[in-house]
Amino acid sequence: MHRPFRTALAALATSAAALSAAGSASAQEVTIEYWQYFFEARVNAMEELIAGFEAANPNINVEMTHFPYADYRTRTAVAVPSGEGPDVVQLFYGWLNDYIDEGLIQPLPTDTFSPEMVEAEFFPMVGAMERDGAYYALPTAVRSLALFYNERILEGAGVEVPTTLDELVAAAEATTERDGAGNITQVGLTTGMTAQDHHWFREVLIRQMGGEPYLDDYRTVNYDTEEGRAALDFYLGLEEQGVTQSGFMDEPQAAFRGGRAAFHIDGSFRIGALNGERGLQWGVTELPATNDGTQSNYSSYWVNAITSSAEGPEYDAAVLFMEYITSPEAMQIWLDTVGELPARVEVGMTEENANDEVFGPFIRGLEYANTTFFADESAQRQVLVDMIERVQLQDMDPGESLSIAAEAEQTILDDYFGE
Amino acid sequence: MASISSPDTARQNTARRGLYARLSIGQKRTLWAWTFLAVPILFYVVIRFYPTGNAMVLSLQEWNLLGDRSWVGLENYRTLFSDPVFWQVFRNTFVYLLLGTPISLVISFIIAYHLDKVRFMHGTIRALYFVPFMTSAVAMAWVWRWFYQDVPIGLFNNWLATFGISQIDFLDSTTNALPSILAPAIWAGLGFQIIIFMAGLRAIPRTFYEAAEIDGVSTWTVLWEITLPLLRPTIVFIVVLSSIGFLRIFDHVFNMTTANPGGPLNSTKPLVLMIYQTAFSSFDMGYAAAQTVVLFTILLIVSLIQLRLLRDR
Amino acid sequence: MAATDDLAIRASSDSLLKAEARPRKRNMAQFIRWALLFGGGILMVMPLAYMISTSMKWPWEVYNLGLIPEEPTLENYTYVLEDGRFFGWFLNSLIIATITTLSALFFDSLVGYVLCKFKFRGRYIVFIAILSTLMIPTEMLVIPWYMMSQQLGWLDSYWGIMFPGLMTAFGVFLMKQFFETVPDDFLEAARIDGLNEFQIWWQVAMPMVRPALAALAIFIFLGNWTAFLWPLIVTTSSDLYTLPVGLSSFGDEADVAWELIMTGAAISTLPTLIFFLIFQRFIIRGVVMAGLKG
Repeated sequence: MHRPFRTALAALATSAAALSAAGSASAQEVTIEYWQYFFEARVNAMEELIAGFEAANPNINVEMTHFPYADYRTRTAVAVPSGEGPDVVQLFYGWLNDYIDEGLIQPLPTDTFSPEMVEAEFFPMVGAMERDGAYYALPTAVRSLALFYNERILEGAGVEVPTTLDELVAAAEATTERDGAGNITQVGLTTGMTAQDHHWFREVLIRQMGGEPYLDDYRTVNYDTEEGRAALDFYLGLEEQGVTQSGFMDEPQAAFRGGRAAFHIDGSFRIGALNGERGLQWGVTELPATNDGTQSNYSSYWVNAITSSAEGPEYDAAVLFMEYITSPEAMQIWLDTVGELPARVEVGMTEENANDEVFGPFIRGLEYANTTFFADESAQRQVLVDMIERVQLQDMDPGESLSIAAEAEQTILDDYFGE
Repeated sequence: MASISSPDTARQNTARRGLYARLSIGQKRTLWAWTFLAVPILFYVVIRFYPTGNAMVLSLQEWNLLGDRSWVGLENYRTLFSDPVFWQVFRNTFVYLLLGTPISLVISFIIAYHLDKVRFMHGTIRALYFVPFMTSAVAMAWVWRWFYQDVPIGLFNNWLATFGISQIDFLDSTTNALPSILAPAIWAGLGFQIIIFMAGLRAIPRTFYEAAEIDGVSTWTVLWEITLPLLRPTIVFIVVLSSIGFLRIFDHVFNMTTANPGGPLNSTKPLVLMIYQTAFSSFDMGYAAAQTVVLFTILLIVSLIQLRLLRDR
Repeated sequence: MAATDDLAIRASSDSLLKAEARPRKRNMAQFIRWALLFGGGILMVMPLAYMISTSMKWPWEVYNLGLIPEEPTLENYTYVLEDGRFFGWFLNSLIIATITTLSALFFDSLVGYVLCKFKFRGRYIVFIAILSTLMIPTEMLVIPWYMMSQQLGWLDSYWGIMFPGLMTAFGVFLMKQFFETVPDDFLEAARIDGLNEFQIWWQVAMPMVRPALAALAIFIFLGNWTAFLWPLIVTTSSDLYTLPVGLSSFGDEADVAWELIMTGAAISTLPTLIFFLIFQRFIIRGVVMAGLKG
């Protein structure tokens, strides 16, 4: 599963040199600060990008600071308003509204980042970053979901890689194993709303059943419907049919990594960890479609934005830096080091990337992916976690649980948008 | 600093020294006392009292770390008392207390009572019971979390499975999860309570027992009529300490339910975890402060009741 | 009266009659008591035994029930220590626990001493005020502490982790109790010898309460070594995590296997366990002392 490391440094150097020609007017030394959260591969990739950028712009220094993921939001929320924060900051797309409303980030200049250019060159979900004719932030990379499978287990059970939901259930059934006491010792499909399943449920299953999970730009919950109920029944049915067990091996990805699960739905960011797992032979395919071929996917991303504390020469340097880290070459580097998908169509849909046996399924998924606009992702996730647990642990009627969930999530959205 | 002393300061120094010399012994000692206390008093005011007041003020405000603090009066408390999750959490907190305190009290007393009568390898056995007390709650929470997993990885369920008994959902259950999380907390605290009980048992004068033996009173009567009443201060001490501990339980719950904090369905969430989430995940600082004031009140009431019991002896 | 006499006679005659049978029965009972206690003790350390044994297992036998690893290995330790984070967390915990313990010992005993041996107006109020802070739960203070740290730039620093624990009301109370046992004559003699008040405290009084200081040190060190809530809140960069916070985030990393978590747990537990095994008697005496006086 190892993929040759293709370096795009050469290409980068040339384009960076071109960029710097424009920026070298301001000859004095400028130092800008860049913040992101800590994830080893991301930090490494960014160090590589910064090195390339600094080589091309000798008068600009970029200092990167990183924080653990769990605290990142607090850190930025506290530091940016106090003016001590970075010039360029990486934010989760879902936080953008807060930052725009509080005036913490400034729009990107329309001459370099014209809306027409962005709409033409980036994957469609990036459109959420536009406000009143200007883009406020742009991603280097995006993520989507796909179906991982354990090749050995599939071979052992003589099962083909499924392409539809029905095939998935059948294949999962064939690969589930139990011990003498009836306990599951190997699951066909991992499940867990606490992991990625809440995205799968929201943006994939509900849409595949013909529903529309939210209305009014994600301000109104719309899954307490027949389609929503169908999605929930399908999801609950997995456990009823005995092809999965929530909480199996504590966490879904642990079960898959441990070779005790045949199928596992997860994001592109899992690729790196799976590559490091010795003795695990895995493959990945697009999320299963419905019988009539309806496909859907969920995409999320981190964006880079220029904060309001960047002014004068720092602002100019920040714009150059933004341009650089959203360039096609930077995206290729990001893909190769982090395994996250390019946000530009031209980079994603190259023959090589779109047909890559690992990245391909994720990149192809981008074309039909939706992005949930979260008011409070962890709270909204908790709503779906509770929805499933009410049925599984307290024997509540699924319909009733679905209604409670829809109402609870609507309250979260109302609280958020009401202000 | 003082290397270049101007005549001015030198004069002041002598003046001060003169002043000090003129003080009476009592005054000098008072001066020493306040000098010694200066830093600690500053510490207690800045790090203990001011924050206490600050928390109470904040509980009347709304603040999300980003914008300004605004007054909302008692709104936070109103929201809290009408929040069903709070009442669930409130109940959980007291279940931790009402299960944890009596269970650990009874077990530790039984062990201490018998261990007191054992000579052979006394020190070793005592050490075995005490060792868990030296561990960190976080580390043990993760160890027990692993024990509780389903087949094929969890120790307890694997053990059940070898006897052909079907597995138990320890953590993935609204009824079993709370006791499962409580178990390691009780386990870790037993050693301390046993040691304290044994010290209490040793402190009972032998003459009481000798007198009882001469009277030929049964072991049970000795236990009920002599040992337990005389142990009362020890018992109250242990009850106070362990009650406060269980009311403040956090480390175990946080680490054993990281994917679904306080879950499933809030069935294990104690007040401190709710505070933590409100303050540091939702950044609803005023609302969290109101919750801490409620916790403070609960602890105060429970402690006062127990101290009253101590005084009534 | 007659009744008790009667009882006494019966009891003594009973014991005469059973004189032969009794010791054996007693021995038997005593043995059962011992065996149950010993078995219970073994059960108590089982979780720790499994933690250590699992930390020495290869991944393929992690889920076997056997306590003794079939092929013991230190591979997990090498793996966990190699990435350097655990070592850093260990060092952080050690530094923080040591400094806070020293500070608390110094200030708690100083305050305890002053409140015990100095007679001055306001003494009682100060004592009650300090004692009353025992009633304030840390959980209530963490939010204001966090805001304070944020304003003063203490977030994510050793100082930020340590400042709340630099003095403890419990220590003040404990030390005050113990200074009661130091006779005033000794202090008066030292005063006549021309020592100043600080010297009297440091050179005369302190050596006399050494056992109490040791007991307090154990409690404070252990408390700081295992502290979780405040370090979790105040630290943001993983370089500054203490062992419990580090272990918690390590365990929660999606890709960590149980044998590695057990290894991390063992690393954070073994130092205090070893310390306990070496100084067992001393620690238990300290716990009793602190517990009963406190």
